Amino acid sequence: MSAPAVRRPEPKRPEPAAELSATERRAEKARGRIGVGLIVPGFVYLLLFFAAPVFVLLAMSLYAKPPGAETGVFVPAFEISNYAVALSQYWEPLVRSFLFAGIATVLALLIGYTMAYLVAVRLRQHKLLASILLVILIAPFFSSFVLRTQAWKQILADEGFVVEALRFVAILPEDGRLTATSIAVVAGLTYNFLPFMTLPIYASLERLDTRLLEAAGDLYASPMTAFRRVTLPLSMPGVFAGTLLTFIPASGDYINAAILGNNRDTSMIGQVIDSRFFQIVDYPMAAALSTVLMVVILILVMLYIRKFGTKELF
Amino acid sequence: MAPQPFNRRRPSNDPRLDRLVSAQLSRRRLLGGAGGLGLAGLLAACGTSGASTGGGSSAAALTPAKDVSAEEPVVNWANWTLYLDYDEQTKKYPSLEQFMAQSGLTVNYSEDVDGNDSYYGKVQAQLARGQDIGQDIVTLTDHMVARLIRQGYTQELDHGNIPNAKNLLATLQDVDFDPGRKHSLTWQSGFAGIAWNKEKVPGGLKSISDLWNPELKGRVEVLDEKRDTIGLIMLEQGVDITGDWGADEFGNATDLLAEQIANGQIRQVRGNSYKEDLVSEDALAVIGWSGDITQLNFEEGDKWEFAIPEAGGTLWSDSMLVPIGAPHKSNAEQLMDYYYDPQVAATVAAYVNYICPVEGAREAMEGIDPTLVDNPLIFPTDEFLANVSIIRTLDPEEETEFSSMFAEAIGV
Repeated sequence: MSAPAVRRPEPKRPEPAAELSATERRAEKARGRIGVGLIVPGFVYLLLFFAAPVFVLLAMSLYAKPPGAETGVFVPAFEISNYAVALSQYWEPLVRSFLFAGIATVLALLIGYTMAYLVAVRLRQHKLLASILLVILIAPFFSSFVLRTQAWKQILADEGFVVEALRFVAILPEDGRLTATSIAVVAGLTYNFLPFMTLPIYASLERLDTRLLEAAGDLYASPMTAFRRVTLPLSMPGVFAGTLLTFIPASGDYINAAILGNNRDTSMIGQVIDSRFFQIVDYPMAAALSTVLMVVILILVMLYIRKFGTKELF
Repeated sequence: MAPQPFNRRRPSNDPRLDRLVSAQLSRRRLLGGAGGLGLAGLLAACGTSGASTGGGSSAAALTPAKDVSAEEPVVNWANWTLYLDYDEQTKKYPSLEQFMAQSGLTVNYSEDVDGNDSYYGKVQAQLARGQDIGQDIVTLTDHMVARLIRQGYTQELDHGNIPNAKNLLATLQDVDFDPGRKHSLTWQSGFAGIAWNKEKVPGGLKSISDLWNPELKGRVEVLDEKRDTIGLIMLEQGVDITGDWGADEFGNATDLLAEQIANGQIRQVRGNSYKEDLVSEDALAVIGWSGDITQLNFEEGDKWEFAIPEAGGTLWSDSMLVPIGAPHKSNAEQLMDYYYDPQVAATVAAYVNYICPVEGAREAMEGIDPTLVDNPLIFPTDEFLANVSIIRTLDPEEETEFSSMFAEAIGV
């Protein structure tokens, strides 16, 4: 390859030739058909398992209950007031869900980044130790997260040794407790979604070229500066994926709040949707709440992408 | 507590919202013509027509499934957890094994029902189309059984196939939701009352008000079944729950519940899982179900006591029914007949510790476990029954309204 004197940006795609021979045209057409053929399965899948359910959800959120109808009977309508009621009546659990999910995401980021950094960068030379730690990181995935959450409830029970020890050293007041509090719910969310945060960060840190850090050191960067200017930016795709993978499911989660929460100040929107759907059998309201949850997540994620989005991902 | 005016219809206090709602209503009327039809057509094309949500407001004429019992020797039965005699060693249900050996039928027993409303939510769409939900017998609580019968989602039983049905207790022979028991047969009944940890609450409890004792702050749990929790609170507030009460009485009770949740007295409102919290001692006093406490005492050592509150307890029943699309009705009837044999019924009662609905089971119990013969929680005496009542049936509108009020009180 000869180096041109002036670097010109190379055109991304080859210009379509003005005149194509007959064989070339046929090949081009065949390639087009193959392309379409390759898109079809994914497209059908999305249509069937994403577009159709979302459409049904949206339609259901506008259904109305005819007066005097049996429980669970709704008719097609255009009941936008479902949304007004959903927002005015349930803004509190909605806001709380995003607050809890946000706090849990930040906590998981701090803990997850530290763990991933330790395994992927610090212990890179110790292959065996690093692999053992990695297995430990993934191990929680092997058991049901409902069971794990239930186990925490037993460990942190009022008469359990953790609470007794904390009471003994006066961190908790004499009648203090850990379960059935908002702290327990946020801790449960953090714990349960930690692997979703750690693994993407690990994946990007693992690819980090440590020679760049040496170079930074040679250029008189302090370790802190090297981390801030080299390691962190290079791991951003992982951080980005991790935060999304944590925040999105955490804001819709209801298991943690149901098991570790109380009925006063920990209700999350997932619990409300569950109760509207299964207990009250009010499908339109459950659908409206789900739609609101989806839209708010979408808006928050879009804002986040615009502010911090990296080119590698989007 | 200062008396408060009650307006249970909850008009919003936001005039903008009201305007929006009324504007919506008139727009809907407009859409009732062309637009509404268009949307309905569109939805129907996507398989979400009215039928998927129950069709008309009255029961559509659904036809029972063809009975293929003769060709397929199978019965599928969905029941609640811990609701049939179980042998820990063999991991089998002895009475069911005996039935299979006797009849040559295979019974697929599943503990699929964990809540009336949640089960209804799961199967309602299929029932509305008359489809098979995969179960030939479903055990549900009577208020839900009443709803399914009203909606035409059940098959009529042929009592000729269930001669033992005559053993049903006289008090349960004729119920308002199913005169002559044409569609349902009682499985077990039970009480809701109060239970406490005998060691941690040595004085015991006598009434619902005792649950609000400051010493129990944060260690009280109540059931998420509104008929029981609110029923007991209403009884405490002097309401006759069998009689003519309405939204005001229900609202008084949910207000008290909300207050006790807000001030931290009630730790959590729970379903079946309150048992785990009793064991871990996070909960020291609960509103709970009689059979659960007896079973817990059996499994975890004699630590708890159950009582009917002085102001009265609630009595509920679960019944077996055959869903409209079930293809093995006569096999199902054979199974029902088997469990109405007093000997078999006593075997089950000795394990589940709920009220046995079968006449003659008490005598049969003499031979199984004589200590249980005089247990009023299994074979209640008349004076015991005098202090419990069955909450009245709710109409569909009330059902939705009261469920919403209860959900609001418990914060979900």
